[in-house]
Formats: sequence, C-alpha cells, structure tokens
Amino acid sequence: MAKMSGAQILLECLRQEGVEFIFGYPGGAVLPIYDALYDYRDIKHILVRHEQGAAHMADGYARATGKVGVCLVTSGPGATNLITGIATAQMDSIPIVALTGQVRTTNIGKDAFQETDAIGISMPITKHNYLLKRTEDIPRVIAEAFYIAQSGRPGPVLVDIPLDVSLGKVEWEPSSYQKDPDIPSYRPTYKGHEMQIRKAAQAIKEAKRPVLYVGGGAVQSGAQAEVTELSERTNILVTTTLMGKGAIDENHPNSLGMLGMHGTAYANHAVHNCDLLIAVGARFDDRVTGKLDQFAKYAKVIHIDIDPAEIGKVVHCDIPIVGDVKTVLRELLKYVEPRPATEWNRQIMEWKRKFPLIYPRDGQMHAEYVIDEIWRVTEGNAIVTTGVGQHQMWAAQYYKVKRPRQFITSGGLGTMGFGMPAAIGVQFAFPNETVVCIDGDGSFQMTVQELMTAVVYELPIIVAIINNRSLGMVRQWQELFWSERYSEVDLQASPDFVKLAEAYGAIGMRVTKPEEVEPALREAMSQRKKPVIIDFVVPTEENVYPMIPSGQSIEQMMLRKDLEQLRASVDTDGEQWSFADQEQILKQFVEQPARQ
Amino acid sequence: MAGITDNGKEHQHTITALVQNHPGVLARVAGLFARRGFNIESLAVSVTENPEVSRMTIVARGDDRVLEQITKQLNKLIEVIRVVDYVEHSAVERELALIKVNAEPKDRSEILQLAEVFRGRVIDVGEKTFLIELTGGPDKIDAFARLMAPYGIREMARTGVIAMARGTKTA
Repeated sequence: MAKMSGAQILLECLRQEGVEFIFGYPGGAVLPIYDALYDYRDIKHILVRHEQGAAHMADGYARATGKVGVCLVTSGPGATNLITGIATAQMDSIPIVALTGQVRTTNIGKDAFQETDAIGISMPITKHNYLLKRTEDIPRVIAEAFYIAQSGRPGPVLVDIPLDVSLGKVEWEPSSYQKDPDIPSYRPTYKGHEMQIRKAAQAIKEAKRPVLYVGGGAVQSGAQAEVTELSERTNILVTTTLMGKGAIDENHPNSLGMLGMHGTAYANHAVHNCDLLIAVGARFDDRVTGKLDQFAKYAKVIHIDIDPAEIGKVVHCDIPIVGDVKTVLRELLKYVEPRPATEWNRQIMEWKRKFPLIYPRDGQMHAEYVIDEIWRVTEGNAIVTTGVGQHQMWAAQYYKVKRPRQFITSGGLGTMGFGMPAAIGVQFAFPNETVVCIDGDGSFQMTVQELMTAVVYELPIIVAIINNRSLGMVRQWQELFWSERYSEVDLQASPDFVKLAEAYGAIGMRVTKPEEVEPALREAMSQRKKPVIIDFVVPTEENVYPMIPSGQSIEQMMLRKDLEQLRASVDTDGEQWSFADQEQILKQFVEQPARQ
Repeated sequence: MAGITDNGKEHQHTITALVQNHPGVLARVAGLFARRGFNIESLAVSVTENPEVSRMTIVARGDDRVLEQITKQLNKLIEVIRVVDYVEHSAVERELALIKVNAEPKDRSEILQLAEVFRGRVIDVGEKTFLIELTGGPDKIDAFARLMAPYGIREMARTGVIAMARGTKTA
C-alpha cells in the first residue's frame, strides 16, 4: 500500500464520487490541495473571481444536473465568502459539498492568521458539517458528506480541512473507498406509508374541488412523469411553486403556472377555493401562503414530503405522507381512479379567462415583453437562471419551462447575484445548451466579477439584464406600501454594461426598442465562445402583477389597473375556452411590434 | 384549513435525545433550539452505558405543535440517533440540587428537620451556612427551595432533569 497525502486522498475520493468540476479559489490553508490538483487531470478546477461565485456555480451545476456540486476555498475569508452561497443552497435543499481549508489543528482556537470557525458559522446553514482532525478520516468523511448531501432531503455539507490534515501522509488503498456509507443515526424515509397513500387516494376520489400544489421536492425527485400522470388521470389542475417550476410542462393544459404572492390570479383563486389541497414536495412558504388562516381555508390537506419536519410545520395537515415524492406518487397512482373534468375545472377556466397574465401593448419595451421574447426565440428550451427581484418574478411568470431543472433561481433565500454564477455552473454541466441568465441591473452588479470566469472558460452564457435603473422590487413596495417614498432604490448611477462587457472581453449589446429584441437574442445565441451581455433598457415605473401583499390573502390581490380594458379588447368565448388557448389569447393582447 | 397558531395549550415536556458522542453535538442541539425559537428550561448531558453515545435530557415548554417540531427538528440532526418525548410514557424524572443556605445557630435544627423530611443531606457545614444536597423531581426541589428561602439561599445549583422510562422500556 502506498502512502498518500491527505490532499491526494481527498482528490481520489472526489474522483470516485464522480466529481467533474471543482469551483474554487486557492489560499494558504489549501495549498497542499492545490499542489495535488496541479498533477490531477481527472477533475477540472474552475478558478472563480470571488468565493461566493464558486458556491453559486456549484449550486447551479447541482440544480441543473441533480448531482453534487463541489466548491473549494481557503480558510478565514475564503470560508466566510462562501456563506451566502451555502445558505442559498440550504434554503432550496441543493446538494453541494463545500470544502474549506483550515489552519493547522494545533493552531485552531489561537486566532491564527486566516482562522475562522467555519463549522460554527456554517452550522445553521448546512445540512451537516465536519471538521477533519486526522488524515485517515478523509475517506470516511468525504463519503458521508456526499451521501448526506444528496440523499433524503438534499442540502449542503461543509468539510473543514486543516492544513496539517491535507499535508499528512497515511497508507490508503483507493479501492477501499466506500460510497454511500451506512450512517446509523441517518436513515431517510423514501417509501410512503401504504395506509396513508390509500387514504390520500380516497380523499382524491371524494374531493369536489381538488388542486395539486407542487414544489421543489418534485423537481428534486424527478417526478415530472408521475405529477403529469396524476393530473391527467384525475383532471386535477397543477400549480407549482417557484422551486417547482417544470414539475409539469408549463405548456400543458393542466398547468396553472405559479401560485403565491406573484402567482397567477387563477392559481391563487383555485387554491383559495379548493376543498382538497394536495401538497407535493412543497413547504408552505410565506410567499406562497400569505395570511395563513386564509390560505386554502376550506381545504383538507394531503402533504407528501421527504422531510417529516415539514409536515405540520406551518399548516395543519390531514393526511401526511412522509417519503420521496416520485416513490409515493407511483404508489398513489396504483390506487387513484380516473376522474372526469368537472364544474370545478370549468370554474378555474373561467378565472383564467377573467384574470389572464397579460401586459400592455403600448409600444414600450416592457420587461415582460423581453422575457416573452426570450422564451419565444429560445423556443422554451433554454436553461434559465435569474437574480432576485422583479425580473425574477416576471421570468417565473413568462418563461414557461418544459421540464424540471430548467428554471434555476434562488427561491428561499432570495439571493441577489445568484444568476450569473449559477449560469456558469449550468453551462459547464451542459456545454451545448442555451443558458440564459435573466438578471436585474442590481443583481448583476452583485457578482459581476464572475463575468471574467465566463470569458476565461469561453462560456457562451447570455445575460439578459432587465435594466430599469432601479432596485425595482423594493421600489414597487415603496410605491405601493410606503407612500411612494423612494428611499435608496435609484440605480441610475451604474456602469455602461456594454462597455463593461467589452472590458471583460465579453460581448455587450444594448437594446432599447421592442423590435431590436429578437435580432439581439438571435445574435447572442449564435455566439458559442463568448458570454453575451444584453442591456435591455426597460421602463422604471413598472410593477409585478398580480400581487398579494405580504401577509395578506387573495382578497387583497392587486391586479393591473387596466386589466378590464385589456381583457375587454379580446373576444373570448367562455364555452370555447381551453387552457391551451392561453397562448393565442396572449398573442392578441400583446401587439407584436413590426419587425424589420 | 387553519394555520398553526400559538393559542394551543402549553405543556412542559421532557425530551431525551440519544446522540453520537462527538464534539460539537451540544452546539448543534443548542443552536437548533435558539434558531427555531424553542425555549429550553433545562438541559443535562452525559455519556451513556455506550461510550460512543451521549444522552441529552431537555425540558422544554410549548404547545403540542411546537413540541412536535422540536422532536422532528432534533431527529433531523445527523448525529441524533433517537428522540423520545416522555409526555406519552411513564418515566422517572430526577434532578440534583446543591443549595447553600444561611444557617444561624438558632435555625439549624429547623433546617435539618426540613432537609430530613425532603431526604436531603447536609454535605458541608460552615460557620454560618449549610450546603444541602437534594435529589428528586423538579417540583420537590422547587418546594424545598421555597422553604429555604426565608433563611436566605446564598447559592443554588441544579443539574437539570434526567429521565428514564419505567420498566423494561428503553429510550
């Protein structure tokens, strides 16, 4: 048996876990690992420009592939710079393994140079974390870290590696590496309880006004086929959360789009009036529920979730089923009987006719129009990432995705600056896909330095900046709820994004007219070697609608002021209406600008 | 469907968690309680018959839903092996208290008699104080402390409750 250094052992373990990329940034405490990487060609290291970018790239990679994303940074500031990225992954249950350097074990607790308590700091924002104290523990800890990150309810795991642990040499046989180790105190439940599943099937049979409310858990467990089959067989319509986008093809007639604060009015009406709410891998976030005692107040609740702690955390649940969404739905489908479309379906269609998702046709280049065009030009096939704010909500409303893992956004933590580094991680995983980061001018500037990473690695990501020269979502709240006292939301003072792109060696474009949108997108998509930044200059004073104000219920839902007028201009016949028609309706609403 | 509110009836629960005897596991448990806004009334930790396993006994207050969340969130910690809420089981609860009470010569026999009734033991006699050791359920210790208060309690230390199910049942 050969003696290997801790650093070599670590890399060998990562290779055996199937790690393709490490997103990282070197420093003193990880020098042995970077030295080992110098000779190691099986894993590609991606040099970022800031550690937060590394965490978001690992996260984007994980969200797009379902595999574990890996980032590697040094101790002290390296570790603290990861924190926002780790917390982002934790809130959305994303499997990443964060490797942080640490000072020598003998220096821990002595306030050594670049020492910080990475374990203590990351404890509340990781699924689990480890401080390695001995070189010989590396294989066990790495195996556990990967297993914990991707099993059960996934999440980030941090492994803190002191300098002397990666330097130390021990005898180790790489073939002895044990993936997916047994951890007696950690046994996630995958299979749902049969009695509960039968009860759920019975409740579905008895329900008069059922709705499926599907979240990120369905995406994580790869349950699109099961969700779709359940919906088609029972004619129960599906609304998804922001994280659940793609759990059913959003072009499917049974899709109601997103619910919640900026969800579609018809999804919210359906949930408000339903008598059975089937929650699938969703956690009743406050942005979904609004005022709790008004949320789905007439409904019996079935809650399917892999995490038992989610059941009963926020709302009372009548039929809890703990288990993996895909596994549980497959079982449930054995008992669920076909059910015809009913008066309830017609009622929801009526809401859909009454409250469509629309934006005005006034010759201005509205953000919604830009996103709609991105959707159209990419034929709905792009993998989309976003920052956080108005552009994120418009993207969620107007970019209708076909499949899970196609819409990548920071839902729980709401991390501005997530979009571009996430897009980089996605593009590494899928070099031939079109990856579009729909960003805000505020979000983009938070992690703009990663543009350099995209340029260096020749990634053709497209960053569509929805530039309203303002922190739009905060501005919207100040307009609607704070008496138009616009406090510190003005971003007029921003760099020239075209010149900025060029300074980094990327391609920059500016689009100010509706008719320029499509040509710009087509040109951007033809680029396969360089990132393209498109500065879409949109109006400042625009709000995201519908909106249910924070902590309120559907009765306080705010719609476009001109909705009636917009709707009246369309000749629709309630009898003829079907969900698939929505697209045509939208086309009538939105006057397509003349193209050259 | 009603949201979960705080108007449920509050109970005091004694929860035992068997955890892997790793450094930092106490920080994880304490951090969990702090971050989720659960209140700990007492916490006692020590190693068990298995040196790789520690036993934490936590007394917490809350309504049923809060307590259910505490149990579930504890179970989610990777190093937590098992969690038992003794509210549903018949269990013995004990804690140990050390009470240093003023003991003027005129009061000494009275204090000794009271200690006797509570099966406490005087383990140190100073010129002006007794140090009394007492074990029992929290109510008993509270009652004794109340009786000692008029004499003047100079210092009191309590271990916090430890608990164990009656009969052959184990955590």
